[in-house]
Amino acid sequence: MDPFIKYSSIVIPVDRSNIDTDAIIPKQFLKSVEKSGFGDNLFDAWRYLDQGEPGEDCSDRPRNEAFVLNQEPYCQGRILLARENFGCGSSREHAVWALRDFGIRTVIAGSFADIFFNNCFKNGVLPIVLPGADIDWLFNRDLSDEPVELEVDLERQALTTDDGRVYRFEIDDFKKNCLLQGLDDIALTLRHENEIQDYETRRAVEAPWLFGDLPSTDRV
Amino acid sequence: MTARTLYDKLWDDHLVRQSDDGTALIYIDRQLLHEVTSPQAFAGLREAGRQPRRRAANLAVADHNVPTTDRNAGIVDPVSRLQVQTLDSNCAEFGITEFDMADPRQGVVHVVGPEQGVTQPGMTIVCGDSHTATHGALGALAFGIGTSEVEHVLATQCLVARKMQNLRITLTGPLPEGIASKDMILAVIGLIGTSGGTGYAMEFAGSAVREASIEARMTLCNMAIEGGARAGLVGVDEATVSYMAGRPYVPSGSAFDNAAVAWREMVSDPDAAFDLEFELDVSRLRPQVTWGTSPEMVVSIDDVVPDPENAPDGNRTQDWVRALEYMGLESGTPINQIPLDKVFIGACTNGRIEDLRAAAAVANGRTVASGIKQALVVPGSGLVKRQAESEGLDEVFRNAGFEWREPGCSMCLAMNADRLDPGERCAATSNRNFEGRQGYGGRTHLVSPAMAAAAAITGCFTDPNEL
Ligand code: SF4
Repeated sequence: MDPFIKYSSIVIPVDRSNIDTDAIIPKQFLKSVEKSGFGDNLFDAWRYLDQGEPGEDCSDRPRNEAFVLNQEPYCQGRILLARENFGCGSSREHAVWALRDFGIRTVIAGSFADIFFNNCFKNGVLPIVLPGADIDWLFNRDLSDEPVELEVDLERQALTTDDGRVYRFEIDDFKKNCLLQGLDDIALTLRHENEIQDYETRRAVEAPWLFGDLPSTDRV
Repeated sequence: MTARTLYDKLWDDHLVRQSDDGTALIYIDRQLLHEVTSPQAFAGLREAGRQPRRRAANLAVADHNVPTTDRNAGIVDPVSRLQVQTLDSNCAEFGITEFDMADPRQGVVHVVGPEQGVTQPGMTIVCGDSHTATHGALGALAFGIGTSEVEHVLATQCLVARKMQNLRITLTGPLPEGIASKDMILAVIGLIGTSGGTGYAMEFAGSAVREASIEARMTLCNMAIEGGARAGLVGVDEATVSYMAGRPYVPSGSAFDNAAVAWREMVSDPDAAFDLEFELDVSRLRPQVTWGTSPEMVVSIDDVVPDPENAPDGNRTQDWVRALEYMGLESGTPINQIPLDKVFIGACTNGRIEDLRAAAAVANGRTVASGIKQALVVPGSGLVKRQAESEGLDEVFRNAGFEWREPGCSMCLAMNADRLDPGERCAATSNRNFEGRQGYGGRTHLVSPAMAAAAAITGCFTDPNEL
């Protein structure tokens, strides 16, 4: 995973709450067995006027010009702004892969659904929760003036607007370090292999039925 | 010792290591795998040269892409076929038990797990699927994870997690005749909203839950995620213990008795404290129907399509306007006068035998309305299908004009050939009414199995008790 480096970008405002992962990446693209190549289909049903199919070349598809991702300069943006409960619904990590493949490394929202929130960190995407008033301010500034440009500084846990406003955000230390260093979770966990082994040994005595073999492929 | 909730006990029992920063390593007893969210996890293992830590803790089943018509023809769509074949070859390569498409035990992963006794009280269970919450009905800590976490569990049998908070939903009864657990959970989501349970483990308690069958409890827990909670839970009681007995993966003899002693501990202590509580009296609950594109957009059969002006706040007003537009509905239209195009009975929410019995009881001796283009009944598993056929339910459905299909996710999310066409309106027993969920441009209304059957008969949403 690439380390998360401080960057600045235009903010892409998608003014909706409860944006679900079916909307972020519709189900037909989940048939892929790959972990990348989802960027063209991010928000597919909102971005295009026809129904997309996996593997299709998207350059000739009719676009919904009213959708923000199809508008300059937002299509260049690398920060997404939304309202409450972003990423609700299905656990599909493809939703984060699609955002990441499009180039979005930060999502700012009023709140996030739990599974989506976790999936972000596995892919170098930073989900930031801001209070409703700050979210309102960002949306309103975009509407009334020009696109907001933000600097995302994970090290300092700060977002800075182009006109100097600073928003602090919270993040748990473990997740922050993993993002900053681009760490592989599995390798980190395997450092504690002895403790896992000890747990298994102890538990197999307390609850031996949990450690029985599952019957194999015999059919009933 | 301080009183603990069921979730606290499950957490404590599985804690491998607690870090100072608040994160913990928790042990996972079972992982269920399906074809959509596992290929990249197996690929990751392969790239890193890792092996599954405990093969026997995993069970795989193909469900999302499988056809529900004749299986002998295989899967027509090459992309779907590749995904299912990839699961087969990954399971063969890594030595993981799989119920493949031809196996009579195959079905929706969340129906198969409990049915086989792979899901047991007191366990931690994960799957790369948000409706893993279903398994909590048996007093297990079960929740959905992303694909990176699937790989993490394969490699380490653990997950890095942070303890959630405790939420209790108390449902007091008695539940009126003809009202289903689906109606209860839709009403709960209407009450707390789709993010009301975010960050919490959601325990269902109260007389209406105690009186509910195990399958009905699964429907409640299934949709905990629609209320924002990753995990749904119901404490173990004698109904749970008897449900477990005799299932293929459950121990027998004295091992069963020992396990049952431990299982009976899987309840919240009477004075355990919850961080958040809701209570709902269901004794006058009416059949529920969703009208919009989020499960919280729900009303009863006696209501009308709501007016966005009455939304709780300004942002919601916008959401409601958009939802009505997508759904092609006008405020003020009586719910029971909305005509339907299709009906879908099935999914991990309502594809179990009791659900099919409830729907069949309504369909029995009646005929699907002429305006209904298709009414599908898709059993949750091959064994549910077999049971239903032994009871003659397939005949009841066929005689009424329903299509009787092979098991799978089917039109719950339309990854196979079963789907809505743009603009079509469907009464569905599944759990999500998101835009495009059942097919591009399709319009989904979530209802109970009895209501879905009644709607197929009259062509509009109908209180099954009034048929
Ligand atoms: S039936 Fe629907 S909700 Fe359940 S696992 Fe399948 S796709 Fe997901």
